[in-house]
Amino acid sequence: MKRLSPWAILLALLVPFAIASADALTGSVTKQPLNMTAVIMFVIFVAMTLGITYWASLRTRTASDFYTAGGGITGFQNGLAIAGDYMSAASFLGISGLVFLSGYDGLIYSIGWLVGWPVIMFLIAEQIRNLGKFTFADVASYRFSQVPIRSMAAVSSLVVVAFYLIAQMVGAGKLIQLLFGLEYWMAVVIVGALMMIYVIFGGMTATTWVQIIKAGLLLCGATFMAFMALAHFGFSPEEMFRQATTHNVKGLAIMGPGTLIKDPINAISLGLALMFGTAGLPHILMRFFTVPNAKEARKSVFFATGFIGYFYILTFIIGFAAITLLAQHPEFFKEGALVDGMVKDPKGLIGGTNMVAIKLAQAVGGDMFLGFISAVAFATILAVVSGLTLAGASAISHDLYASAIARGRVNETTELRVGKIATFVLGLVAIGLGIAFEKQNVAFMVGLAFAIAASANFPVLVASIFWRGMTTWGAFIGGFAGLITAVTLTIMTKAVWGDTLGHLGADGKSVGLITLDNPAIISIPVAFIGIWLFSMLDRSERANSERAAFAAQRVRCETGIGAEGAAGH
Amino acid sequence: MTTDSLDAITSHPLYAELVSKRKRFGWILTFLMMVIYYGFVLVIAYKKEWLAIPLYHGSITTVGIPVGLAVIISAFLLTGIYVYRANGEFDDLTQRIRENLQ
Repeated sequence: MKRLSPWAILLALLVPFAIASADALTGSVTKQPLNMTAVIMFVIFVAMTLGITYWASLRTRTASDFYTAGGGITGFQNGLAIAGDYMSAASFLGISGLVFLSGYDGLIYSIGWLVGWPVIMFLIAEQIRNLGKFTFADVASYRFSQVPIRSMAAVSSLVVVAFYLIAQMVGAGKLIQLLFGLEYWMAVVIVGALMMIYVIFGGMTATTWVQIIKAGLLLCGATFMAFMALAHFGFSPEEMFRQATTHNVKGLAIMGPGTLIKDPINAISLGLALMFGTAGLPHILMRFFTVPNAKEARKSVFFATGFIGYFYILTFIIGFAAITLLAQHPEFFKEGALVDGMVKDPKGLIGGTNMVAIKLAQAVGGDMFLGFISAVAFATILAVVSGLTLAGASAISHDLYASAIARGRVNETTELRVGKIATFVLGLVAIGLGIAFEKQNVAFMVGLAFAIAASANFPVLVASIFWRGMTTWGAFIGGFAGLITAVTLTIMTKAVWGDTLGHLGADGKSVGLITLDNPAIISIPVAFIGIWLFSMLDRSERANSERAAFAAQRVRCETGIGAEGAAGH
Repeated sequence: MTTDSLDAITSHPLYAELVSKRKRFGWILTFLMMVIYYGFVLVIAYKKEWLAIPLYHGSITTVGIPVGLAVIISAFLLTGIYVYRANGEFDDLTQRIRENLQ
């Protein structure tokens, strides 16, 4: 019963959508000020998830329940939940929008997001599961002085979470604005409030199930959309590409690499950020503690990689098909953006290019399917912000409060309460940031979060697992050096310095202080060099005992012996 | 973990076998993934026109499409290969080490 009920509800939710899709392509598309289907489907989703939250709240008594669902999630469930965390609204709406805008570049971008997974699997997944308890800082600080390492890890986690949250909140605001005609700020407040309820009352159990249901809905919805879109082209990708090149102003150029990657340095920098950033995202790393052992942790990465890869293929099809299919709907475009069936200015799509998948849902499936996809996209944002907020709250309550401030002298009830208060505060911050960053491109903001995760969390994590010589000082200074470098360089990029802060060049266009778009190629080496240099210089007594503790850490890493107690059953 | 039990594990021949096999396997697969992905990125950076070549005479579909899909599928296959061996052979080895220690 415990595991059946959410699936039963999921099936129940899919039934009306399957029936409605029968005459999907024949119905005419009319713009409605209020899409009742979307509202009803979203209300159903919210009611269902609140039910799950209530059920989860009955099981969330200990800190272990709150942070990791008591370690009782299976590999398959966790794989789906990880995929859910990863298939954010930013990737669903952002990548399909990027494909619509520049074609092949969207595929390049999505591939970068996927290739971090095998590396996580081969190098750190089981080590993390064997060494950690609730947060990745448990792993990074395993044999080191707790206060400095946990403070560093918590600060960098919070910065990553903040950037990621901005992207999600902006997506939520725009989506609901478009769909419900609500004010942007009201939409952001609704997302923030619901997310706070899920996390505060249901902890990781509710967050995981919200994530699993949403991943299931999103995969079904995207599959259906890609299927209906391909059906338009007689299931011939060649035909889909052929028509796309005649409807996009860039023509054949959309079939190959374009302007996303300007030069080798930017290409490799983005690649490094995406590949190693995945291995440093706190909300993703936290998922490895929700499974009972390393075997299940590995299975979760395998399933997650499969789901995510499949999902990116779907977003590629959706984005490409949208070029042709949206061009048949002049009402989707602003004046002058669509001329004689040719998309002259893809950015002239009403609501912006992030709305490509939503518009395509309406074009291929009518209002019923538009309602479904809109509700799913909204659910996606809710689920991802819940996971992010839980990771941020854990960094505050488990790493900053319980370990660094109270120095371990804290009972579980207090830590749990601090975690819930932190969730509440983070929710308010997320709402504030969501409103402040309304005008930013959401996919790009997530790229920045990855750069920071790759530059601060990942180097410390890897060195703590593999390098005997690392010391507390090395990790502390190296980690902060990576974080500060990444943030500083990010502020100097065109996207922030020019587009956000409004610095203009002589030609009136926004400018950056550096030509790099992504800081990873500099900030990752800075972190590793910092770790190496300050560890080597560290001749203290403590440093020697930390190096000596490596042997025991290594055995636990490799065999999992001693790790069973960590789940806290 | 006591120093005695730690020594018992580290001096166990199966432990040495497990560690060296898994390390080797993990790094080989990591290297493969890096070669595939950064190879792809470097082609985009230096020879992007290669990916824009039509797949066959007169096709709109370019070489880049199957190449991109192959990178995605390779990521999935490599993780599958790792899980197959780790959840089988490596976990069996770990289990035998545990049993021998008891």
